[in-house]
Amino acid sequence: MRHRSAEQIGRTELGPRPLPPLGPPRIPIAPSAVDTVLDSGLRVIAVRRPAVPMVELHLEIPFGGTQRTHPARAEVLAMTLLRGTQRRDRFDIDKVLAAVGGDLSAGVDPEHLSVSGSALASGLDVVLDVLGDALTSASYATAEVARERDRLVERLTMNRSQPQVIAREALQRRRYGDHPFAREWPEADDVAGVTPAAVRALHRRSVVPGGAVLVMVGDIVPASAVEAVATVLADWRSDHPAVELTALPELTGGDLQLVHREGAVQSQLRLSAQAVSRNHERYPALQVANLVFGGYFSSRWVENIREDKGYTYAAHCGFEFTRHGATLIAEADTASEATAAALLETRYELGRLVVVPPDDSEVDSARQYAIGSLTIATSSQRGLAGHLATLATLGLNLDWLLTHTSRLQAVTTGQVAEAAAEFFAPTRFTGVVVGDGKRLADPLAALGGVELP
Amino acid sequence: MSRIPSPTVELHRETLSNGLRVVLSPDQSAPVVAVGVHYDVGFRSEPEGRTGFAHLFEHLMFQGSESLEKLAHFRYVQSSGGSFNGSTHPDYTNYFEVLPSAALERALFLEADRMRAPRITAENLRNQVDVVKEEIRLNVLNRPYGGFPWITLPPVLYDTFPNAHNGYGDFSELEAATVDDCAAFFDAYYAPGNAVITICGDFQVDAAIELVHRHFDDVPGRPVPVRPSFAEPPPDRERRHDQPDPLAPLPALAIGYRLPDPTAGFDGYLAYEMLAAVLSDGDSSRLEQRLVHTDALATDIGARCGLFGAPLDARDPDTFTITAVHPSTVDVNRVIEATDEEIARLAADGPDSDELARITARWAATLFREHDRLVSRTMAIGAFELLHGRAELVTELPVMVAAMGAEQIANAAAALRPDSRAVLIVQPAPSAAGQEA
Repeated sequence: MRHRSAEQIGRTELGPRPLPPLGPPRIPIAPSAVDTVLDSGLRVIAVRRPAVPMVELHLEIPFGGTQRTHPARAEVLAMTLLRGTQRRDRFDIDKVLAAVGGDLSAGVDPEHLSVSGSALASGLDVVLDVLGDALTSASYATAEVARERDRLVERLTMNRSQPQVIAREALQRRRYGDHPFAREWPEADDVAGVTPAAVRALHRRSVVPGGAVLVMVGDIVPASAVEAVATVLADWRSDHPAVELTALPELTGGDLQLVHREGAVQSQLRLSAQAVSRNHERYPALQVANLVFGGYFSSRWVENIREDKGYTYAAHCGFEFTRHGATLIAEADTASEATAAALLETRYELGRLVVVPPDDSEVDSARQYAIGSLTIATSSQRGLAGHLATLATLGLNLDWLLTHTSRLQAVTTGQVAEAAAEFFAPTRFTGVVVGDGKRLADPLAALGGVELP
Repeated sequence: MSRIPSPTVELHRETLSNGLRVVLSPDQSAPVVAVGVHYDVGFRSEPEGRTGFAHLFEHLMFQGSESLEKLAHFRYVQSSGGSFNGSTHPDYTNYFEVLPSAALERALFLEADRMRAPRITAENLRNQVDVVKEEIRLNVLNRPYGGFPWITLPPVLYDTFPNAHNGYGDFSELEAATVDDCAAFFDAYYAPGNAVITICGDFQVDAAIELVHRHFDDVPGRPVPVRPSFAEPPPDRERRHDQPDPLAPLPALAIGYRLPDPTAGFDGYLAYEMLAAVLSDGDSSRLEQRLVHTDALATDIGARCGLFGAPLDARDPDTFTITAVHPSTVDVNRVIEATDEEIARLAADGPDSDELARITARWAATLFREHDRLVSRTMAIGAFELLHGRAELVTELPVMVAAMGAEQIANAAAALRPDSRAVLIVQPAPSAAGQEA
């Protein structure tokens, strides 16, 4: 059969039709919740969300450290924390969890040790028991530590071959130099020197409840879940609080750094500037300004460098929150031949946000997106638990989540313009370009504002 | 052991006179709604000489339609508080919006407009060829293990173009795509009778059905293509292929086996889901315990059904894969031998009863957790309805899995035969520079 032409396909007799209006908004109902601090200093947040017969858990323990060996010890600790206790070996732990449809895993970054997982809601007690067991009597057996050390070295090799990771490490060094926050992954040499005794000592000093938060969301009764935590984790105590990461310096703007990567066919653009955090009164206006710049698909930056120019598949600008502050990070990956052009357009859009501020329609679109995407992201157990855990580490709570819609609704176009002018000036940004230095050096030198290798 | 609960999911069906199948699943637990449209065409159906075309066309479906200028689709979804995406699979292409429930009619309008009259222009085609090339650089060319194993294993396991070729496509063939190719592809495959629309979340069933009629009834019906069989015989020997990867720091391998045709019975296929779990779900699973923790032969190992991770996500033929990354000091044959020994042990003895109870509990829990995310549930329901005519699988799977016997899993293990499989070996290789495809 002969097919229609593209022109014929794109037209109907009736012609274009009008966009239907939105229906009446429905406000999310506040779930029942308990948010309390136990005698041990552990904050516990439990929220009922019974959509599926599951429960989500997130434990965040501040886990700062200034010694050069800290990242290696912390990483080995995270990999072996759930790999054996006085009562159970690695395989027993996995079997006990699997029997209740459960999973627990630990990870670490410069700010926190995180343990997260899920299980059938009927298995909450079992998961808490395994968690408490690990927190109070993780054994860090010599063989387990040795095996995880080897795997960690292999995984670090794998990680550091990924362009995203290379770019992240380069950005962290550019932004924070030798500050512990820049050491997200340990050096292989340091890992080789980690002993079981050093990991046990780190556990005693830093795996402590004071200042930590445990979030549970699911088909649970919040008060009973909190009671269960108080009982099961009764022995998890310490005479000192958890260790916070040392304060970060304010970011200042400066030249981007070109970092050469052999064999690259695509470059990573990473630009960053100081911002304000969620608990700041100007955050909602800045959140909207960032969306208009590059925080969602319908933003100026994405529409320019992807939908108009085809320089990138994905460009995104978002917040990175830490305990005492926040930064903006703009990220795009682009072919070597388009990299300089993409950087030029990026600087253009940053400057344009300042001198041609967002208008009412841009502000309203971004505002609706911020409100809707928060409702969607927190409509699953996993999404809500993750959000609450992040908010809790910033000192915020469920109430902040539920009232954020009204803060966004109150933001004016004028406030967004002020935030845009203050935070998006191109000169406030620093960052890196990672790619094929041989192809990038000349065009980037011509543009200026880039430090060449 | 925990008894596995069986949560209910309410399902309703409707078929429009133009052939569009509609599945509705109301759930008022949050003021959110998701709309998914699954078209019965994936990259297995794209023509020779046009690799990557189904995925490129997916991009073009976002580029405007009769009532929507370029960029309008994205703007309307996001300014309504929602998100969107699409993805191209071997046997289908899907599109979705997830939004505050007040925007349901808007999502239906957007999907109907591009099902009725997408606007395909040379300018948008060129722009999206560039974007797709950036996507391929990002996910394949500029990183180690790019396309491993979903692009690199099929040509070792399969002989025919539909099953063996690269669904992302070669740059030269993407660049050769024309507007007329797009028109032909749309007319052939994007008929309403070749699609399923799925609506999940916060709505009233009668009102939603009325809205579907309002927006989709005048999408003209067209003939639906006869779906070809992609069947080919399983390999009659072990096929090995070495692939040098200049960016990879450690060797890796993928072993591919053929899965049974799910139309012969879901149980036969699901036995392999359970087999994958016995082999590699958690520290106590057979392959992890032996290869990663006890013998230290592998850094990481995994087994799964299908190349895209979700159960029952393709028609026959489909692939069971085992992948491993291992240190350079370990010979790849030792990894393969240890894997074969564990599979043989399982084929002989089956899982024990505690092991069986554990993997079924964890598998079901993982599914509940995945489907708690509204958009995941919506896309699973749509795919199950399109591929298998059975949206109900969304609730039936945990029940089917809980009823699985040790012998069925042992039989599945016995069918992973070394003389009928593909082995892809990725070797770190020094190279002057990465090459552009």
